Amino acid sequence: MQQGLTSEAGSVAGLNNFEATIGENLIDDAKISVRHADVFYGEKQAIFDTSLDIGRNQVIALIGPSGCGKSTFLRTLNRMNDTIADCRVSGSLTLDGEDIYDKKMDPVLLRARVGMVFQKPNPFPKSIYDNVAYGPRIHGLARSNAELDEIVITSLEKAGLFEEVKDRLTAPGTSLSGGQQQRLCIARTIAVSPEVILMDEPASALDPIATAIIEELIDELRENFTIAIVTHSMQQAARVSQRTAYFHLGHLVEVGETSRIFTNPRHQMTENYITGKFG
Amino acid sequence: MNNTEIVKQGLKKRYAREKRFQLYGKLAVLSGFVFLVILLFDITSKAWPAFSVTEILLEIPVDHESLGLSKDSEPNEEALSGINYAGLVKQAIRNVFPEVTKRQQKKLLYRLVSSGAEFEIKQMMGENTDLIGGEPVSVWVKADDDIDTYYKLETVTSRVKGEQVRFIEKLKAEGRIQTSFNIDFFTTSDSREPEQAGIRGALVGSFWTLLVTLLVSLPVGIAAAIYLEEFAPQNKITDFVEININNLAAVPSIVFGLLGLAVFISFFGLPRSAPLVGGLVLSLMTLPTIIISSRAAIKSVPPSLKEAALGLGASHMQTVFHHVLPQAMPGVLTGAIIGMAQALGETAPLLMIGMVAFIVDVPGGIFDSATVLPVQIFLWSDSPERAFTALTAATILVLLAFLTLMNALAIFLRNYFEKKR
Repeated sequence: MQQGLTSEAGSVAGLNNFEATIGENLIDDAKISVRHADVFYGEKQAIFDTSLDIGRNQVIALIGPSGCGKSTFLRTLNRMNDTIADCRVSGSLTLDGEDIYDKKMDPVLLRARVGMVFQKPNPFPKSIYDNVAYGPRIHGLARSNAELDEIVITSLEKAGLFEEVKDRLTAPGTSLSGGQQQRLCIARTIAVSPEVILMDEPASALDPIATAIIEELIDELRENFTIAIVTHSMQQAARVSQRTAYFHLGHLVEVGETSRIFTNPRHQMTENYITGKFG
Repeated sequence: MNNTEIVKQGLKKRYAREKRFQLYGKLAVLSGFVFLVILLFDITSKAWPAFSVTEILLEIPVDHESLGLSKDSEPNEEALSGINYAGLVKQAIRNVFPEVTKRQQKKLLYRLVSSGAEFEIKQMMGENTDLIGGEPVSVWVKADDDIDTYYKLETVTSRVKGEQVRFIEKLKAEGRIQTSFNIDFFTTSDSREPEQAGIRGALVGSFWTLLVTLLVSLPVGIAAAIYLEEFAPQNKITDFVEININNLAAVPSIVFGLLGLAVFISFFGLPRSAPLVGGLVLSLMTLPTIIISSRAAIKSVPPSLKEAALGLGASHMQTVFHHVLPQAMPGVLTGAIIGMAQALGETAPLLMIGMVAFIVDVPGGIFDSATVLPVQIFLWSDSPERAFTALTAATILVLLAFLTLMNALAIFLRNYFEKKR
């Protein structure tokens, strides 16, 4: 709360003032709460003292110039950074009050609860059906083949892909177009019924039409899931998210309602970024 | 002078350089191809005689008197083995050449046929006892290797005496000499007599040895590669292991033979000359190849695939076995087959563990004494008889055929798995 209060004092803070985050970074009844997180790659610090809450059934957009640490931040939320040997995370990160980095927290279970969609569509080199069925299979979510069929179909439906692929579920997932592949990856993620979905620039490799479909989908998914999305497109952030967080050089500069950030940014750097002066 | 002109001036030189380089490349490829053709032509032309064999038609007397059997009793096993088959063959030859009476000449006459002829007759009689007491049986028996070489290549050597040449002319005139396909080359094992020697023993020996090599080196190699690439902590011990594996790939193969002799035979007391020990030694030799190529294949699997699986909550092990390994399989198998091909052609380490022995029996398993194709080539290339030259070349051809087959299999598997992706 401390940071939130102090930042209220000056409505527009000076450039390169990384003292504190401006805006409403903390909220009530958060799904994921991050307090004073620092992330290091070896000696190099990638995230500095970041505190942020991610609200339930909300879309939060993480924006900022390249290399600002937004992807790194996203990956700390489901411990995908564990695979990087010299990555270190400190601070408190909780999912529904449970410590994500606690020894008792199993990363496999965590990732079943916090799913992830990546920048480049990465379907498995298997059939469309097997792509979606893989998660439920390894977690033993379906008790019978009929149940598995149902999970696959509803997931594909939720991802808005079922109508396009219902006649060729046995075709390889890689035979789909880029946009379809990305929706397949989303279907694959929601087949495990996670609570949170992290999206790392999910539409950056897609054409505008496919992007529009994905954005629409994200808006629908909000009903059932909590979503954090990293994006380079300010328009996309404005269209799909309820809250926006602006990162710069590993610092969380400003957080707020998306409409407020884009109409009335308080930090000079946020303003510069969204008006296209750098980034 | 403006920039365009400067660039134009240099352009000619640049293109000339590129053309020159392409020419060098073509020359290199061409010279390699020429050498290959020469090699294959040389081997094939030398090997050609080995695939045919000279035979002489003899009428073997099978009446009771010649066989030394009594007419009253049925011939039993003992009586059959008591027959002087060598005598029968000699008698049949004398019947063809009734004019030859001098002892010295007779000796030369007997040397026309292979010493294996009596065993052929023995086998024939054992299988057809009802022949006994009938008319003389016409049989094509193998000629001696010197006669064989002389007849097939039509070159006079000091090994064939002038009188023997006359004998052969007479046989030719009577239509009693012919060449036919040398099926024994594929169905018999090593022999002191070239006309009776074959590669079956060496082929089967190679099969058992490679089987052991495959069963040991493939699982161990892949497991080591997976562990080192995916699970091993990044520390000095891992680095040390890695460096040593890379070094092992460069160790001369004979050193592995010495190691096998010391460890498997002297220390563990495994049988000498056995495919088991040969296979273990060759496994040691091929392991680095398999590990290095498998690691490269595993490393080349795109990280996005691993992330996708991990992101869904697959465990590290599930990620590796469900996604990484199937993707890496073409590379892993290619490495394994190339390692196997290397093992198939390896001679030196097997000499150390006694697989160089003269073995007449076809090995029945991994504990029997055996030899392998390349060692058989080594053994025959050392033999003084002229006919062995052809056998050596023919065996080289067979070995090359198998190597080509294995490499073709590697390419086929790679394409197959790549298509399946």
